[in-house]
Amino acid sequence: MVRKVMEAATAVAEGVKLCKPAVIPLYPITPQTHIVERISEFVNDGDLDCELIHVESEHSAISAAVGSSSSGVRTYTATASQGLALMHEILFVASGMRLPIVMNVANRALSAPINIWNDHSDSVAARDTGWIQLYVESAQEAIDTTIQAFKIAEHNKVMLPIMVCLDGFTLTHVYEPVDIPQQGNVNRFLQKYKPSIKLDTKKPVTMGPIGYPDSFIHFKNQQKEAMLNALQIIKKINSEFNSKFHRKYGDGLIEMYNMKDAEYAVLCAGTICGTARVVIDNLRKTKNMKIGLIKLKSYRPFPVDSLINACKSLKGLAVIDKSFSFGFEGAFFTDVKSTLFNEKNKPLVHSFVGGLGGKDINTKDFEEIFNKIIKTKKPICEWLLKE
Amino acid sequence: MNKTKMIIGKKHKKCKPHKINPGAVVTEPGSSIINKTGSWRSLRPEWDKKKCTQCMSCWMYCPDCSIPVLNNKRIETDFEFCKGCGICAKECIFSSIVMIKEKK
Ligand code: SF4
Ligand code: SF4
Repeated sequence: MVRKVMEAATAVAEGVKLCKPAVIPLYPITPQTHIVERISEFVNDGDLDCELIHVESEHSAISAAVGSSSSGVRTYTATASQGLALMHEILFVASGMRLPIVMNVANRALSAPINIWNDHSDSVAARDTGWIQLYVESAQEAIDTTIQAFKIAEHNKVMLPIMVCLDGFTLTHVYEPVDIPQQGNVNRFLQKYKPSIKLDTKKPVTMGPIGYPDSFIHFKNQQKEAMLNALQIIKKINSEFNSKFHRKYGDGLIEMYNMKDAEYAVLCAGTICGTARVVIDNLRKTKNMKIGLIKLKSYRPFPVDSLINACKSLKGLAVIDKSFSFGFEGAFFTDVKSTLFNEKNKPLVHSFVGGLGGKDINTKDFEEIFNKIIKTKKPICEWLLKE
Repeated sequence: MNKTKMIIGKKHKKCKPHKINPGAVVTEPGSSIINKTGSWRSLRPEWDKKKCTQCMSCWMYCPDCSIPVLNNKRIETDFEFCKGCGICAKECIFSSIVMIKEKK
Protein backbone atom coordinates (compact mmCIF):
# COMPACT_ATOMS: atom_id res chain seq x y z
CA MET A 1 0.00 0.00 0.00
CA VAL A 2 1.38 3.36 -1.09
CA ARG A 3 -0.44 6.48 0.06
CA LYS A 4 0.14 9.47 -2.20
CA VAL A 5 -1.51 12.80 -2.84
CA MET A 6 -2.60 12.94 -6.45
CA GLU A 7 -5.23 14.09 -8.90
CA ALA A 8 -8.17 11.74 -9.35
CA ALA A 9 -7.30 11.59 -13.07
CA THR A 10 -3.83 10.32 -12.14
CA ALA A 11 -5.35 7.86 -9.68
CA VAL A 12 -7.53 6.47 -12.46
CA ALA A 13 -4.48 6.14 -14.73
CA GLU A 14 -2.63 4.30 -11.93
CA GLY A 15 -5.62 1.99 -11.59
CA VAL A 16 -5.65 1.27 -15.32
CA LYS A 17 -1.91 0.54 -15.23
CA LEU A 18 -2.44 -2.01 -12.46
CA CYS A 19 -5.06 -3.81 -14.57
CA LYS A 20 -2.68 -4.09 -17.56
CA PRO A 21 -4.99 -3.60 -20.53
CA ALA A 22 -3.41 -4.80 -23.80
CA VAL A 23 -4.92 -2.09 -25.99
CA ILE A 24 -5.95 1.51 -25.28
CA PRO A 25 -7.37 3.54 -28.17
CA LEU A 26 -7.30 7.13 -27.00
CA TYR A 27 -8.51 10.56 -27.97
CA PRO A 28 -8.07 13.41 -25.51
CA ILE A 29 -10.96 15.66 -24.50
CA THR A 30 -11.33 18.06 -21.58
CA PRO A 31 -11.65 17.14 -18.71
CA GLN A 32 -10.56 13.55 -19.38
CA THR A 33 -7.21 14.54 -20.91
CA HIS A 34 -5.10 14.03 -17.79
CA ILE A 35 -6.12 10.37 -17.65
CA VAL A 36 -4.88 9.48 -21.14
CA GLU A 37 -1.85 11.77 -20.84
CA ARG A 38 -0.74 9.97 -17.71
CA ILE A 39 -1.34 6.57 -19.34
CA SER A 40 0.72 7.65 -22.38
CA GLU A 41 3.57 8.55 -20.02
CA PHE A 42 3.38 5.12 -18.40
CA VAL A 43 3.68 3.48 -21.81
CA ASN A 44 6.46 5.84 -22.88
CA ASP A 45 8.43 5.14 -19.70
CA GLY A 46 8.02 1.40 -20.12
CA ASP A 47 5.87 1.08 -16.99
CA LEU A 48 2.91 -0.26 -18.95
CA ASP A 49 3.25 -2.72 -21.82
CA CYS A 50 0.27 -1.85 -23.94
CA GLU A 51 -0.67 -0.86 -27.49
CA LEU A 52 -1.77 2.77 -27.56
CA ILE A 53 -3.78 3.66 -30.64
CA HIS A 54 -3.94 7.38 -31.37
CA VAL A 55 -7.16 7.82 -33.28
CA GLU A 56 -8.74 10.74 -35.11
CA SER A 57 -11.99 10.91 -33.14
CA GLU A 58 -13.93 9.32 -30.32
CA HIS A 59 -16.03 7.44 -32.84
CA SER A 60 -12.81 5.78 -33.94
CA ALA A 61 -11.59 5.32 -30.36
CA ILE A 62 -14.59 3.22 -29.42
CA SER A 63 -14.57 1.45 -32.80
CA ALA A 64 -10.94 0.46 -32.26
CA ALA A 65 -11.88 -0.68 -28.76
CA VAL A 66 -14.61 -2.89 -30.23
CA GLY A 67 -12.06 -4.43 -32.60
CA SER A 68 -9.46 -4.98 -29.93
CA SER A 69 -11.92 -6.42 -27.42
CA SER A 70 -13.29 -8.76 -30.12
CA SER A 71 -9.81 -10.18 -30.50
CA GLY A 72 -10.03 -11.22 -26.86
CA VAL A 73 -7.73 -8.80 -25.07
CA ARG A 74 -8.39 -6.45 -22.17
CA THR A 75 -9.33 -3.04 -23.60
CA TYR A 76 -9.68 0.38 -22.01
CA THR A 77 -10.48 3.90 -23.14
CA ALA A 78 -11.70 7.17 -21.62
CA THR A 79 -13.80 10.09 -22.79
CA ALA A 80 -16.15 12.92 -21.81
CA SER A 81 -19.06 15.02 -23.02
CA GLN A 82 -19.06 15.61 -26.80
CA GLY A 83 -16.67 12.69 -27.13
CA LEU A 84 -19.13 10.32 -25.50
CA ALA A 85 -21.87 11.77 -27.69
CA LEU A 86 -19.78 11.07 -30.79
CA MET A 87 -19.32 7.46 -29.62
CA HIS A 88 -23.06 6.97 -29.23
CA GLU A 89 -23.61 4.75 -32.27
CA ILE A 90 -20.80 2.35 -31.39
CA LEU A 91 -21.73 2.18 -27.69
CA PHE A 92 -24.66 -0.02 -28.72
CA VAL A 93 -22.35 -2.18 -30.84
CA ALA A 94 -20.00 -2.75 -27.90
CA SER A 95 -22.80 -3.84 -25.57
CA GLY A 96 -24.66 -5.81 -28.24
CA MET A 97 -21.49 -7.74 -29.05
CA ARG A 98 -21.02 -8.30 -25.30
CA LEU A 99 -17.51 -6.82 -25.21
CA PRO A 100 -16.19 -6.07 -21.70
CA ILE A 101 -14.58 -2.72 -22.51
CA VAL A 102 -13.87 -0.46 -19.53
CA MET A 103 -14.19 3.29 -20.09
CA ASN A 104 -13.85 6.22 -17.73
CA VAL A 105 -16.18 9.12 -18.41
CA ALA A 106 -15.04 12.46 -16.98
CA ASN A 107 -18.54 13.90 -16.72
CA ARG A 108 -19.01 17.23 -18.47
CA ALA A 109 -21.94 19.21 -19.85
CA LEU A 110 -22.91 19.04 -23.52
CA SER A 111 -23.04 22.04 -25.87
CA ALA A 112 -24.74 24.45 -26.56
CA PRO A 113 -23.70 26.84 -25.18
CA ILE A 114 -20.17 25.49 -25.08
CA ASN A 115 -19.32 24.45 -21.56
CA ILE A 116 -16.43 22.35 -20.29
CA TRP A 117 -17.59 22.03 -16.68
CA ASN A 118 -19.23 19.22 -14.82
CA ASP A 119 -22.72 17.84 -14.90
CA HIS A 120 -24.12 14.39 -15.69
CA SER A 121 -25.92 15.06 -18.97
CA ASP A 122 -23.31 13.23 -21.07
CA SER A 123 -23.44 9.83 -19.39
CA VAL A 124 -27.12 10.01 -18.48
CA ALA A 125 -27.86 10.54 -22.19
CA ALA A 126 -25.97 7.27 -22.79
CA ARG A 127 -28.04 5.46 -20.18
CA ASP A 128 -29.87 3.21 -22.64
CA THR A 129 -26.84 2.06 -24.62
CA GLY A 130 -26.56 -1.20 -22.67
CA TRP A 131 -23.45 -0.20 -20.73
CA ILE A 132 -23.11 -0.62 -16.99
CA GLN A 133 -22.70 2.81 -15.39
CA LEU A 134 -21.02 3.39 -12.03
CA TYR A 135 -20.61 6.88 -10.52
CA VAL A 136 -17.85 7.68 -8.03
CA GLU A 137 -17.37 10.30 -5.35
CA SER A 138 -13.64 10.45 -4.55
CA ALA A 139 -10.24 9.80 -6.11
CA GLN A 140 -9.95 6.66 -3.99
CA GLU A 141 -13.30 5.41 -5.18
CA ALA A 142 -12.32 6.26 -8.75
CA ILE A 143 -9.22 4.03 -8.73
CA ASP A 144 -10.92 1.25 -6.74
CA THR A 145 -13.97 1.22 -9.00
CA THR A 146 -11.86 1.27 -12.16
CA ILE A 147 -10.04 -1.85 -10.94
CA GLN A 148 -13.33 -3.52 -10.00
CA ALA A 149 -14.82 -2.52 -13.35
CA PHE A 150 -12.57 -4.89 -15.31
CA LYS A 151 -13.59 -7.77 -13.06
CA ILE A 152 -17.31 -6.93 -13.29
CA ALA A 153 -17.27 -6.45 -17.07
CA GLU A 154 -15.28 -9.62 -17.75
CA HIS A 155 -17.34 -11.84 -15.41
CA ASN A 156 -18.79 -14.65 -17.52
CA LYS A 157 -22.30 -13.95 -16.23
CA VAL A 158 -22.01 -10.31 -17.28
CA MET A 159 -19.79 -9.73 -20.34
CA LEU A 160 -20.89 -6.14 -20.77
CA PRO A 161 -18.99 -2.90 -21.27
CA ILE A 162 -18.85 -0.54 -18.33
CA MET A 163 -18.50 3.21 -17.80
CA VAL A 164 -16.89 4.46 -14.62
CA CYS A 165 -18.12 8.04 -14.37
CA LEU A 166 -16.26 10.67 -12.38
CA ASP A 167 -17.10 14.36 -12.19
CA GLY A 168 -15.02 16.51 -14.53
CA PHE A 169 -12.77 19.03 -12.71
CA THR A 170 -14.54 18.72 -9.35
CA LEU A 171 -13.02 15.26 -9.19
CA THR A 172 -10.69 14.66 -12.15
CA HIS A 173 -8.55 17.71 -11.33
CA VAL A 174 -8.77 17.58 -7.54
CA TYR A 175 -5.82 16.37 -5.46
CA GLU A 176 -6.60 13.90 -2.70
CA PRO A 177 -4.65 11.31 -0.73
CA VAL A 178 -4.99 7.95 -2.48
CA ASP A 179 -3.95 4.42 -1.51
CA ILE A 180 -2.48 2.81 -4.60
CA PRO A 181 -2.98 -0.95 -4.33
CA GLN A 182 0.07 -3.14 -4.86
CA GLN A 183 0.50 -4.86 -8.19
CA GLY A 184 0.67 -8.33 -6.62
CA ASN A 185 -2.62 -7.81 -4.80
CA VAL A 186 -4.32 -6.54 -7.93
CA ASN A 187 -2.98 -9.56 -9.86
CA ARG A 188 -4.56 -11.85 -7.29
CA PHE A 189 -7.84 -9.90 -7.34
CA LEU A 190 -8.10 -9.52 -11.10
CA GLN A 191 -7.08 -12.65 -12.97
CA LYS A 192 -5.93 -12.64 -16.58
CA TYR A 193 -8.78 -12.06 -18.97
CA LYS A 194 -9.78 -15.30 -20.71
CA PRO A 195 -12.60 -14.66 -23.19
CA SER A 196 -14.87 -17.59 -23.99
CA ILE A 197 -15.14 -16.46 -27.61
CA LYS A 198 -12.73 -14.29 -29.58
CA LEU A 199 -11.53 -13.63 -33.10
CA ASP A 200 -8.98 -16.35 -33.72
CA THR A 201 -7.65 -17.58 -37.06
CA LYS A 202 -7.25 -21.07 -35.62
CA LYS A 203 -10.90 -21.22 -34.59
CA PRO A 204 -12.73 -18.80 -36.86
CA VAL A 205 -16.02 -17.23 -35.81
CA THR A 206 -18.22 -14.47 -37.22
CA MET A 207 -18.83 -11.45 -35.02
CA GLY A 208 -21.33 -8.68 -35.64
CA PRO A 209 -23.63 -10.51 -38.10
CA ILE A 210 -27.14 -9.48 -39.06
CA GLY A 211 -29.91 -10.42 -36.60
CA TYR A 212 -33.21 -11.16 -38.30
CA PRO A 213 -36.50 -10.29 -36.58
CA ASP A 214 -36.81 -13.83 -35.20
CA SER A 215 -33.46 -13.71 -33.41
CA PHE A 216 -32.73 -10.04 -32.62
CA ILE A 217 -35.06 -9.85 -29.64
CA HIS A 218 -33.45 -12.95 -28.11
CA PHE A 219 -30.04 -11.32 -28.11
CA LYS A 220 -31.54 -8.25 -26.44
CA ASN A 221 -33.19 -10.53 -23.89
CA GLN A 222 -29.77 -12.01 -23.10
CA GLN A 223 -28.41 -8.49 -22.62
CA LYS A 224 -31.27 -7.78 -20.22
CA GLU A 225 -30.44 -10.92 -18.24
CA ALA A 226 -26.74 -10.03 -18.16
CA MET A 227 -27.59 -6.60 -16.77
CA LEU A 228 -29.70 -8.23 -14.03
CA ASN A 229 -26.82 -10.62 -13.26
CA ALA A 230 -24.59 -7.58 -12.95
CA LEU A 231 -26.59 -6.44 -9.90
CA GLN A 232 -25.37 -9.49 -7.99
CA ILE A 233 -21.88 -9.51 -9.48
CA ILE A 234 -21.23 -5.84 -8.63
CA LYS A 235 -22.22 -6.57 -5.02
CA LYS A 236 -20.06 -9.69 -4.90
CA ILE A 237 -17.00 -7.97 -6.35
CA ASN A 238 -17.49 -5.03 -3.98
CA SER A 239 -17.20 -7.37 -1.00
CA GLU A 240 -14.36 -9.36 -2.56
CA PHE A 241 -12.52 -6.08 -3.02
CA ASN A 242 -13.23 -5.23 0.59
CA SER A 243 -11.74 -8.49 1.87
CA LYS A 244 -8.54 -7.94 -0.15
CA PHE A 245 -8.11 -4.16 0.10
CA HIS A 246 -10.26 -3.28 3.16
CA ARG A 247 -12.34 -0.68 1.39
CA LYS A 248 -15.97 -0.94 0.33
CA TYR A 249 -18.58 1.36 -1.09
CA GLY A 250 -21.94 0.46 0.43
CA ASP A 251 -23.26 -2.72 -1.13
CA GLY A 252 -21.54 -1.76 -4.38
CA LEU A 253 -24.78 -0.41 -5.85
CA ILE A 254 -25.77 2.27 -3.37
CA GLU A 255 -24.02 3.67 -0.32
CA MET A 256 -25.92 4.83 2.73
CA TYR A 257 -24.78 7.56 5.09
CA ASN A 258 -26.55 8.15 8.42
CA MET A 259 -29.58 6.28 7.16
CA LYS A 260 -30.24 4.10 10.22
CA ASP A 261 -32.66 6.44 11.97
CA ALA A 262 -33.13 8.89 9.10
CA GLU A 263 -36.62 10.18 8.32
CA TYR A 264 -35.53 12.40 5.44
CA ALA A 265 -32.77 11.89 2.91
CA VAL A 266 -31.19 13.12 -0.29
CA LEU A 267 -30.28 10.85 -3.18
CA CYS A 268 -27.53 11.92 -5.54
CA ALA A 269 -24.41 10.72 -7.37
CA GLY A 270 -20.81 11.84 -7.68
CA THR A 271 -18.88 14.51 -5.82
CA ILE A 272 -21.87 16.38 -4.38
CA CYS A 273 -22.32 13.39 -2.06
CA GLY A 274 -19.32 14.75 -0.15
CA THR A 275 -21.07 18.10 0.33
CA ALA A 276 -24.20 16.29 1.44
CA ARG A 277 -22.24 14.35 4.09
CA VAL A 278 -20.89 17.58 5.61
CA VAL A 279 -24.34 19.17 5.75
CA ILE A 280 -25.89 16.04 7.24
CA ASP A 281 -23.23 15.94 9.99
CA ASN A 282 -23.78 19.63 10.78
CA LEU A 283 -27.57 19.58 10.84
CA ARG A 284 -27.62 16.41 12.91
CA LYS A 285 -25.30 18.01 15.46
CA THR A 286 -26.81 21.50 15.60
CA LYS A 287 -30.50 20.90 14.86
CA ASN A 288 -30.86 17.23 15.69
CA MET A 289 -32.41 16.54 12.28
CA LYS A 290 -32.87 12.89 11.40
CA ILE A 291 -31.41 13.08 7.92
CA GLY A 292 -29.22 10.92 5.70
CA LEU A 293 -27.76 10.33 2.24
CA ILE A 294 -28.34 7.63 -0.34
CA LYS A 295 -25.46 7.71 -2.79
CA LEU A 296 -26.40 6.25 -6.14
CA LYS A 297 -23.34 4.38 -7.35
CA SER A 298 -24.77 2.01 -9.94
CA TYR A 299 -27.17 3.81 -12.27
CA ARG A 300 -27.34 0.93 -14.76
CA PRO A 301 -28.21 -1.67 -13.62
CA PHE A 302 -30.58 0.32 -11.41
CA PRO A 303 -30.41 -0.96 -7.81
CA VAL A 304 -34.14 -1.49 -7.35
CA ASP A 305 -34.07 -3.77 -4.28
CA SER A 306 -31.34 -1.88 -2.45
CA LEU A 307 -33.23 1.35 -3.00
CA ILE A 308 -36.59 0.00 -1.83
CA ASN A 309 -34.90 -1.21 1.35
CA ALA A 310 -33.13 2.08 1.90
CA CYS A 311 -36.38 4.06 1.57
CA LYS A 312 -38.59 1.86 3.77
CA SER A 313 -38.78 4.12 6.80
CA LEU A 314 -38.27 7.47 5.08
CA LYS A 315 -40.87 10.24 5.11
CA GLY A 316 -39.27 12.37 2.43
CA LEU A 317 -36.59 11.90 -0.20
CA ALA A 318 -35.00 14.63 -2.33
CA VAL A 319 -33.56 13.34 -5.60
CA ILE A 320 -30.88 15.61 -7.03
CA ASP A 321 -30.29 15.42 -10.77
CA LYS A 322 -27.34 17.01 -12.54
CA SER A 323 -29.00 16.36 -15.89
CA PHE A 324 -32.45 16.95 -17.32
CA SER A 325 -34.80 15.27 -19.74
CA PHE A 326 -36.38 18.24 -21.46
CA GLY A 327 -40.13 18.03 -21.56
CA PHE A 328 -40.21 15.85 -18.46
CA GLU A 329 -37.90 15.78 -15.44
CA GLY A 330 -34.54 14.64 -14.04
CA ALA A 331 -33.64 11.08 -15.02
CA PHE A 332 -32.70 9.87 -11.51
CA PHE A 333 -35.99 11.30 -10.23
CA THR A 334 -38.03 9.37 -12.80
CA ASP A 335 -36.26 6.12 -11.98
CA VAL A 336 -36.52 6.52 -8.21
CA LYS A 337 -40.24 7.27 -8.40
CA SER A 338 -40.88 4.33 -10.68
CA THR A 339 -38.91 2.05 -8.35
CA LEU A 340 -41.06 3.05 -5.37
CA PHE A 341 -44.37 3.25 -7.21
CA ASN A 342 -45.80 -0.11 -6.11
CA GLU A 343 -44.37 -0.01 -2.57
CA LYS A 344 -46.67 0.38 0.39
CA ASN A 345 -44.27 2.30 2.60
CA LYS A 346 -42.66 4.96 0.53
CA PRO A 347 -41.47 8.50 1.10
CA LEU A 348 -42.71 11.60 -0.66
CA VAL A 349 -40.19 11.99 -3.49
CA HIS A 350 -39.01 15.47 -4.46
CA SER A 351 -36.97 16.61 -7.44
CA PHE A 352 -34.14 19.13 -7.41
CA VAL A 353 -32.26 19.78 -10.63
CA GLY A 354 -28.99 21.62 -10.32
CA GLY A 355 -25.29 21.80 -11.00
CA LEU A 356 -25.79 22.02 -14.75
CA GLY A 357 -22.69 23.18 -16.63
CA GLY A 358 -20.61 23.29 -13.46
CA LYS A 359 -22.84 25.49 -11.31
CA ASP A 360 -22.02 24.68 -7.70
CA ILE A 361 -24.42 22.81 -5.47
CA ASN A 362 -23.09 23.98 -2.12
CA THR A 363 -23.79 23.41 1.57
CA LYS A 364 -26.43 26.17 1.60
CA ASP A 365 -28.33 24.43 -1.20
CA PHE A 366 -28.36 21.18 0.75
CA GLU A 367 -29.48 22.94 3.94
CA GLU A 368 -32.36 24.51 2.03
CA ILE A 369 -33.28 21.22 0.43
CA PHE A 370 -33.45 19.47 3.80
CA ASN A 371 -35.45 22.31 5.37
CA LYS A 372 -37.91 22.32 2.48
CA ILE A 373 -38.55 18.58 2.34
CA ILE A 374 -39.06 18.40 6.11
CA LYS A 375 -41.62 21.22 6.04
CA THR A 376 -43.62 20.37 2.93
CA LYS A 377 -46.60 18.06 2.62
CA LYS A 378 -46.61 18.25 -1.19
CA PRO A 379 -44.01 17.03 -3.67
CA ILE A 380 -41.49 19.68 -4.74
CA CYS A 381 -40.06 20.02 -8.25
CA GLU A 382 -37.42 22.71 -8.43
CA TRP A 383 -34.32 23.91 -10.23
CA LEU A 384 -31.46 25.20 -8.08
CA LEU A 385 -30.91 28.53 -9.77
CA LYS A 386 -29.79 30.83 -6.95
CA GLU A 387 -26.31 32.33 -6.83
CA MET B 1 -21.34 -16.88 -20.81
CA ASN B 2 -24.85 -18.15 -20.27
CA LYS B 3 -25.93 -19.75 -23.50
CA THR B 4 -29.59 -20.13 -24.28
CA LYS B 5 -30.48 -23.55 -25.63
CA MET B 6 -33.12 -22.08 -27.92
CA ILE B 7 -32.78 -22.80 -31.60
CA ILE B 8 -33.43 -20.02 -34.07
CA GLY B 9 -33.22 -19.60 -37.80
CA LYS B 10 -35.72 -22.36 -38.64
CA LYS B 11 -37.80 -19.95 -40.70
CA HIS B 12 -35.01 -19.29 -43.16
CA LYS B 13 -34.95 -22.27 -45.49
CA LYS B 14 -31.36 -21.72 -46.50
CA CYS B 15 -30.17 -21.16 -42.94
CA LYS B 16 -29.13 -24.02 -40.71
CA PRO B 17 -30.78 -23.68 -37.29
CA HIS B 18 -28.23 -22.45 -34.79
CA LYS B 19 -27.78 -21.69 -31.10
CA ILE B 20 -28.11 -18.17 -29.76
CA ASN B 21 -24.62 -17.30 -28.66
CA PRO B 22 -24.34 -14.17 -26.54
CA GLY B 23 -23.22 -11.24 -28.67
CA ALA B 24 -24.64 -12.95 -31.77
CA VAL B 25 -21.37 -14.78 -32.40
CA VAL B 26 -21.64 -17.34 -35.19
CA THR B 27 -19.31 -20.20 -34.36
CA GLU B 28 -19.61 -22.21 -37.60
CA PRO B 29 -17.18 -20.68 -40.07
CA GLY B 30 -18.16 -19.95 -43.67
CA SER B 31 -21.83 -19.41 -42.83
CA SER B 32 -22.05 -16.46 -45.22
CA ILE B 33 -21.85 -18.97 -48.09
CA ILE B 34 -25.45 -19.95 -47.32
CA ASN B 35 -26.68 -16.40 -47.68
CA LYS B 36 -26.66 -15.74 -51.42
CA THR B 37 -26.77 -12.05 -52.21
CA GLY B 38 -26.81 -12.15 -56.03
CA SER B 39 -30.57 -11.78 -56.24
CA TRP B 40 -30.31 -8.07 -55.37
CA ARG B 41 -28.54 -7.32 -58.67
CA SER B 42 -30.16 -4.94 -61.18
CA LEU B 43 -27.02 -4.51 -63.32
CA ARG B 44 -24.79 -7.36 -64.46
CA PRO B 45 -21.05 -7.08 -65.18
CA GLU B 46 -20.41 -8.57 -68.60
CA TRP B 47 -16.86 -9.73 -68.97
CA ASP B 48 -15.15 -9.81 -72.37
CA LYS B 49 -12.56 -12.55 -72.01
CA LYS B 50 -10.72 -11.48 -75.17
CA LYS B 51 -10.05 -7.93 -73.98
CA CYS B 52 -8.98 -9.10 -70.51
CA THR B 53 -5.25 -8.85 -69.72
CA GLN B 54 -5.58 -10.62 -66.36
CA CYS B 55 -4.29 -7.55 -64.51
CA MET B 56 -6.41 -8.56 -61.49
CA SER B 57 -7.71 -5.06 -60.70
CA CYS B 58 -11.30 -6.28 -60.70
CA TRP B 59 -10.45 -9.12 -58.35
CA MET B 60 -8.77 -6.71 -55.97
CA TYR B 61 -11.60 -4.17 -55.94
CA CYS B 62 -14.67 -6.40 -55.88
CA PRO B 63 -16.15 -5.84 -52.40
CA ASP B 64 -17.95 -9.18 -52.49
CA CYS B 65 -15.13 -11.51 -53.56
CA SER B 66 -17.30 -12.32 -56.57
CA ILE B 67 -14.45 -12.68 -59.03
CA PRO B 68 -13.05 -16.17 -58.61
CA VAL B 69 -9.46 -16.94 -59.56
CA LEU B 70 -8.34 -20.29 -60.94
CA ASN B 71 -4.70 -21.08 -61.79
CA ASN B 72 -3.74 -17.41 -61.38
CA LYS B 73 -6.42 -16.30 -63.82
CA ARG B 74 -9.76 -14.68 -63.21
CA ILE B 75 -12.69 -16.72 -64.43
CA GLU B 76 -16.38 -15.92 -64.95
CA THR B 77 -18.01 -13.73 -62.26
CA ASP B 78 -19.75 -15.58 -59.44
CA PHE B 79 -23.32 -14.43 -60.00
CA GLU B 80 -24.62 -16.09 -56.84
CA PHE B 81 -22.96 -13.30 -54.87
CA CYS B 82 -22.26 -10.44 -57.34
CA LYS B 83 -24.49 -7.52 -56.33
CA GLY B 84 -23.88 -5.59 -59.53
CA CYS B 85 -22.22 -2.59 -57.91
CA GLY B 86 -20.16 -1.90 -61.02
CA ILE B 87 -16.88 -1.27 -59.25
CA CYS B 88 -15.09 -3.90 -61.36
CA ALA B 89 -16.29 -2.21 -64.58
CA LYS B 90 -15.13 1.16 -63.32
CA GLU B 91 -11.72 -0.16 -62.30
CA CYS B 92 -10.99 -2.20 -65.45
CA ILE B 93 -8.87 0.16 -67.54
CA PHE B 94 -9.01 -2.27 -70.48
CA SER B 95 -12.80 -1.83 -70.84
CA SER B 96 -13.15 -5.53 -70.52
CA ILE B 97 -16.18 -5.25 -68.21
CA VAL B 98 -19.41 -3.45 -69.08
CA MET B 99 -22.50 -3.20 -66.94
CA ILE B 100 -25.70 -4.30 -68.67
CA LYS B 101 -29.28 -4.42 -67.43
CA GLU B 102 -30.08 -7.61 -65.57
CA LYS B 103 -32.84 -9.66 -67.20
CA LYS B 104 -35.06 -11.47 -64.76
S1 SF4 C 1 -9.59 -5.53 -64.45
FE1 SF4 C 1 -10.21 -5.94 -66.54
S2 SF4 C 1 -8.36 -6.59 -67.53
FE2 SF4 C 1 -7.93 -6.68 -65.37
S3 SF4 C 1 -8.41 -8.80 -64.87
FE3 SF4 C 1 -10.25 -7.66 -64.51
S4 SF4 C 1 -11.40 -7.83 -66.41
FE4 SF4 C 1 -9.32 -8.44 -66.85
S1 SF4 D 1 -20.31 -5.80 -60.10
FE1 SF4 D 1 -19.50 -5.42 -58.05
S2 SF4 D 1 -19.99 -7.29 -56.95
FE2 SF4 D 1 -20.20 -7.79 -59.10
S3 SF4 D 1 -18.23 -8.60 -59.68
FE3 SF4 D 1 -18.20 -6.42 -60.15
S4 SF4 D 1 -17.30 -5.49 -58.33
FE4 SF4 D 1 -17.94 -7.53 -57.74
